[in-house]
Amino acid sequence: MSAHHPVPLASTWHTLRYVFGENPLSAFAAALFAAFVLLALIGPWLAPFDPLASHVGEPLSSPSISHWFGTDALGRDILSRVIVATRLDLGIAIAAVALSSILGGLTGAFAGYFGGWFDRASTRISDTIMAFPLFVLAMGIVAALGNTVANIVIATAIINLPFYLRVARAEVRVRREAGFIEAARLAGNGELRVLFCHLVPNVMPPLMVQISLNMGWAILNAAGLSFIGLGVRPPEAEWGIMVAEGAQYIISGEWWIALFPGLVLMLAVFCFNLLGDSLRDLIDPRRRT
Amino acid sequence: MFQMIVKRLLGALPALFGVVIVTFVLTRALPGDPAAYFAGPAGSQEAIEEVRAKLGLDRSLPEQFVLYLRDLAHGDWGNSLTTGQPVLTELAERLPASLELTLAGLVLAVVVAIPLGVLAATRPGAWIDHLCRAITTAGVSLPTFFTGLLLAYVFYFLLGWAPSPLGRLDPYTTAPEFITGFYLIDSLVMGDGATFVAAAKQLVLPAITLALFVLAPLARMTRASMLGVLSADFIRTARASGLHPLKVLFVYAFRNALLPVLTTLGMVFSFLLGSNVLVEKVFAWPGVGSFAIEALVASDYAPVQGFVLAMALLYVLLNQLIDIAYGLVDPRARLES
Amino acid sequence: MSHTPDALLEVAGLSVDFRTRSGTVHALDKVSLTLASGETLGLVGESGSGKSVLSFAIMGIQDAAARISAGSLHFAGQDLLANRGKAMRTLRGRELAMIFQNPRVALNPIRQVGRQIADVISRHTGVHAAACRERALQCLAEVRIPDPERRYDAYPFELSGGMCQRVMIAIALACKPRLLIADEPTTGLDVTTQAAIMRLIHDLSARRQMSTLLITHDLSLARAYCDRIAVMHAGHIVEVGPSAELFAHPCHPYSERLIAATPHGAAALSALASIPGNLPDLRRDDLPACRFAERCSRYGASCDAALELRPLSATHSVACHRALEDAIPLRLETEHVTSA
Repeated sequence: MSAHHPVPLASTWHTLRYVFGENPLSAFAAALFAAFVLLALIGPWLAPFDPLASHVGEPLSSPSISHWFGTDALGRDILSRVIVATRLDLGIAIAAVALSSILGGLTGAFAGYFGGWFDRASTRISDTIMAFPLFVLAMGIVAALGNTVANIVIATAIINLPFYLRVARAEVRVRREAGFIEAARLAGNGELRVLFCHLVPNVMPPLMVQISLNMGWAILNAAGLSFIGLGVRPPEAEWGIMVAEGAQYIISGEWWIALFPGLVLMLAVFCFNLLGDSLRDLIDPRRRT
Repeated sequence: MFQMIVKRLLGALPALFGVVIVTFVLTRALPGDPAAYFAGPAGSQEAIEEVRAKLGLDRSLPEQFVLYLRDLAHGDWGNSLTTGQPVLTELAERLPASLELTLAGLVLAVVVAIPLGVLAATRPGAWIDHLCRAITTAGVSLPTFFTGLLLAYVFYFLLGWAPSPLGRLDPYTTAPEFITGFYLIDSLVMGDGATFVAAAKQLVLPAITLALFVLAPLARMTRASMLGVLSADFIRTARASGLHPLKVLFVYAFRNALLPVLTTLGMVFSFLLGSNVLVEKVFAWPGVGSFAIEALVASDYAPVQGFVLAMALLYVLLNQLIDIAYGLVDPRARLES
Repeated sequence: MSHTPDALLEVAGLSVDFRTRSGTVHALDKVSLTLASGETLGLVGESGSGKSVLSFAIMGIQDAAARISAGSLHFAGQDLLANRGKAMRTLRGRELAMIFQNPRVALNPIRQVGRQIADVISRHTGVHAAACRERALQCLAEVRIPDPERRYDAYPFELSGGMCQRVMIAIALACKPRLLIADEPTTGLDVTTQAAIMRLIHDLSARRQMSTLLITHDLSLARAYCDRIAVMHAGHIVEVGPSAELFAHPCHPYSERLIAATPHGAAALSALASIPGNLPDLRRDDLPACRFAERCSRYGASCDAALELRPLSATHSVACHRALEDAIPLRLETEHVTSA
């Protein structure tokens, strides 16, 4: 925004200040989010050591000045691995959420607008997906499609699809007969134009809320899959797999191997959940709980 | 009432059919040629063809689907390559362990979450309300596998309060005779107090881990729906009639507030059955989840598919139970069915 | 505070504030009101004038944010404000009862209507379950619900709106209270049902010598069923008088306009007058002494002085300096205001 438009800038600033002033946790979450994005972008340059190189320190040494988060059984620097893993973890979640929100949003919008067989078919598909415990279905999908990172993204996208589909379908349906849509139609706009220019913009806010609420869950899901040995393979650095690697050492007291990646994972999910809540409060205050 | 239950169960048929179609598609989507896979790495071309014919892979897809259905109905869910046993037998053996854990987690979560939600709703803005908010926000952010490890570290390694987090019983205790497969129940039935205590000790940490994760959605929903109901007109009527506050709270408000909570329970079961897999791995719990993970690691697909199907069937069944419970509480839902 | 000997309910100088995020709402300001045994008093005024706040305060079921900042409430000589807790709960439903608008949502949707009546009976009489059921069936018959045995087990969603309101009345009257507060009892019902419900309330109050406080914004309803009428505006009672007299000679400009704005008989819609302006924002700290002043066509210099309800005659009181100055009922002014 340039200096020629001081009003919108000022009002945006006011809105932001209002939101963060009301709830300092939101400000905290936003700061955290910025930090994670930064880590994902420039993590590899920030990491003090090569995340894949073994014996950069004594194996299994506890946190120290040279290795803040300690080292793992192969003597790799855990801090570096945690930092570098940000890109992969967020990448998987963002790719999956983007895939399912675009696909689910479009399908839902079409189904809600045109109804008919397309609506029935897409609803049936989404109901069928929801008939599975979602994490279990994701396991099945990755097992069937093959154990790769791409398939983790696909599985996570599939199990999240119904949420977007439902939100978009419901939002379009309630507005399909609204006065302003009728007016747009009477003004000679084609059906697709009405759908994309007049209805879809209305679906965006609730869809955005769904996306931000969903991100945390997508991260958890992907990390859970790698924790049980799906998708990401060692020696790749990823939070879920790092926790899995540290699991066997925790009962003998080497806590740092699993703790730090686990904590960072938790923080990332927490950050997205908080952001999602704030966004929902902002966009739809009625659903505030 | 009986009629309603039958109708509900029949209503599950489309969902069941959808589930079976999906699992069928998953079996055909195996990477590479399934016949070559099942024939093993040393399989000759003839052996592969033989396997192909045996599996019915040379027929059309609808035919294959009918065959698949027939096999499922006959209890032929394939064999595990690693153990050589039929998948169904393996799953049936391990299911009680998983169910015991899941139910323990659920009961714990419900026992904590519902009073917490109710208290938070009756005292908006009080410390218990803030506590509820904090728990619900933090709770959904917990990676179950990580909280499990953390609990094991603190309560086993640091404090020594919990037994070593490996399996359903410590190595010195023998499993109780099989009655229900739930160690807690079986040991009680046998009057074996020592085994009961041993089994309970092993169960506590994994059950808490599960409960921590599903507590959040339950408490959040209870609070929200209780808040909504408490401001309803009929609560005002009840208060204007001088009914005892506890009667207003429990008989009038709580029963109504329970309805959305019951609906949430469906999602909670989805979370539970999913996190169960992770918790079983963390605590080396010999349930269906651990079984599926071992099979996955060994690229042994039939058990994984059997596991997915079994969990989906269980989940559909649970959802029907929730619907029936809903009908019991809400007369309006009874009418619809 | 002295009591009028034959008054069943005596409200004196009652003020209620609501603390909200956007400021304190002065919902009731020094409201005084008496209700004799067996009398029916109509409380009229537009939405937001404080009618419901007053009735909730009398019943002791006001919102958690509401605070009674001044005044007193006496029922049959008992100070209702002195014991708001347990004692009030035993009075509520037994001595004072209330029926609400929108009966469909005012009943518990998932409890049989008969049991909702029985709950009240069991609470206040302590008789055993079978007797409660018997009494509840009698109550259902008393509010002229056909086939009470069968309706006992019905849920509210299975009954019509009128039936639900009859059930509400049965709940309220189950323990034979001495005071009934009916808060817009016919809102949300169709016209024929409205008349039947009003007759039912009227008959039952007459038969039981029960005092009734009828809250309504429907003036013709008030005129038809009430002995006296109190007009409320923005948290003040601006005029009280016998129904016939108040309708014939309204003294407060607001009552006058309210009556002019009520359709009746053959009057054409075009002859109806609307009341200019809105209720003042009750969150303001600088509310004028007369809260109608800003909407009043007779506003004058004397109107800013402190104001209270003063008698014009033995039965008729008004809170308006101009009316008191004139001390003669005003004529309906010819210029009908057509725009708000």
